[in-house]
Amino acid sequence: MKNNNENQEQKGVTGWIDKRLPIFTFMNHNLRDYPTPKNLNYFWNFGSLAGITLVIMIITGILLAMQYTANTDLAFESVERIMRDVNNGWLLRYIHMNGASMFFIIVFIHIFRGLYYGSYKYPREILWMLGVVILLLMMATAFMGYVLPWGQMSFWGATVITNLFSAFPIIGDYIVTFLWGGFSVDNPTLSRFFVLHYLLPFAIVGVVALHLVALHQFGSNNPTGVDVKSENDTIPFHPYYTVKDYFGLGVFLIVFAGLVFFAPNFLGHPDNYIPANPLQTPAHIVPEWYFLPFYAILRAVPDKLLGVLLMFAAVLVLFFLPWLDKHKVRSANFRPFYKQFYWLFAIDCIILGWVGAMPAEGIYVLIARIATAYYFSFFLIIMPLLSKFEKVSDHLPSSISSAVLSKKFDNSTKESYVK
Amino acid sequence: MDKIDSKNKKTVSSVDEDKRDFLFVTTAGLAIAGGGVTLWSMIDTMNPSKDVLALASTEVDLSPIEEGQSLTVMWRGKPIFIRHRTNEEIDDASGTDVTNLIHKATDESRVKNPKWLVVVGVCTHLGCVPLGQKIGDSKGDFNGWFCPCHGSHYDTSGRIRKGPAPLNLEVPPYEFVSDDIIRIG
Repeated sequence: MKNNNENQEQKGVTGWIDKRLPIFTFMNHNLRDYPTPKNLNYFWNFGSLAGITLVIMIITGILLAMQYTANTDLAFESVERIMRDVNNGWLLRYIHMNGASMFFIIVFIHIFRGLYYGSYKYPREILWMLGVVILLLMMATAFMGYVLPWGQMSFWGATVITNLFSAFPIIGDYIVTFLWGGFSVDNPTLSRFFVLHYLLPFAIVGVVALHLVALHQFGSNNPTGVDVKSENDTIPFHPYYTVKDYFGLGVFLIVFAGLVFFAPNFLGHPDNYIPANPLQTPAHIVPEWYFLPFYAILRAVPDKLLGVLLMFAAVLVLFFLPWLDKHKVRSANFRPFYKQFYWLFAIDCIILGWVGAMPAEGIYVLIARIATAYYFSFFLIIMPLLSKFEKVSDHLPSSISSAVLSKKFDNSTKESYVK
Repeated sequence: MDKIDSKNKKTVSSVDEDKRDFLFVTTAGLAIAGGGVTLWSMIDTMNPSKDVLALASTEVDLSPIEEGQSLTVMWRGKPIFIRHRTNEEIDDASGTDVTNLIHKATDESRVKNPKWLVVVGVCTHLGCVPLGQKIGDSKGDFNGWFCPCHGSHYDTSGRIRKGPAPLNLEVPPYEFVSDDIIRIG
């Protein structure tokens, strides 16, 4: 296919440019002809949705930055001005605010998709790890963005999260002072958070580009988890998946717009409409919903340092997934035991999110501890054990085509063109 | 062409290896040192600036604070709790068995004048401001301060007695300028 493009030199302006800068060949190769497994389900929409949401966030963010003032005396007022005086400022801010939540929902589903269908396994390890890097960058960006309106939750969220670093012995206090640029969360902190909040999304764009390069090296995984074996297993990206992604985008935008127009503050916290007050801590500090599971893990541990380490470990463990789960079969559809533990894990994460929003006392602490224990056992005990002992289901298809045609033992496609 | 090639080969073989190593090591060494110094000067701009450091000391007049009352002042952007302790509170704090404490410290080591307790009003867990300064605030199980964020209880000496905080409320550096005035920082 590649040879065809090179031999048939296109005519006209497009051809002239393409010969010197093969951008059209590149686009054709990656967005049009790009062979994609023909059995992808709607869970494969979330990658492109995440990309689109990133673009929405960057555009609204740039426009908001033109109106925002990163100074402790003016920040809160400038956000209120955006809400009241700037033309469509309310729309801009509500899109940006809820867009962050949408971004996390999409990315969480995207990650759970990968977890279910084993998309992190050979040869997609680096693809997966780049995804974890994107998640970490997103978390840092979202956290710093939440500080910018300089409300009570902004201020105390920033105080609590930056204080996490004080848990490290000896260097802890220096790190915290360095992060703050002072002795408490104050103006230097706000201005650097603003700068980094503006910078990091572009770093995310860079890592997303690498993520895509790694993806296109071996192509998408698919619901059977079986490798593409012949051209019969694939269809061109355009028009089949452009249309499917486009339809998914429509559904997504309906949900997104519903939130923006009818419940813009549903996922926020009312305390953040009170200007920051360094002398008074709100009675109940809660992070944004997407951090709740990690917050629950932090609070489940009575020891400060251990709690902080476990919370970081909860994300970092994802980097090691390709080596924790060495089972040969990718898709959970053909791993009856893994499938059950997987769903238990999904429920476990929701429970963690729920206790993270509850006060850290009584029964909630116990629930948080059990849920934390399962969170880590899933990765560190269950996965390695299943890799050794779980039998492969008899229903594992020999190829994507045979699965699609639901012929379990059809080997005819296997013989034709092996890649 | 041939001539030049053979000429080049000659020079290559007669290269002074020691001289090359020396040049390599000095170039790399200076580049690393220079780069390091430059990098540090860049990173250091993010540390507390001089105007922030200049606010590092505060004087407080204690005379208006009656026995049993508390005052909160700001120092380095953090609240400082100053409590004029009653005799009962002092006895309570100094009578506590130190061996059972989470962070062992005698009350004597935490005050300059037992009547006055001066501590940084920042919970040592994750930096919230504990309750107990205002009338009607919950003072926790030990009649000192209570942090509502994650439930740490402090006693009348600002020592951690119960909850997730690992350390006692920090005692800031301060001195009595006169009987009624202290300088914090």
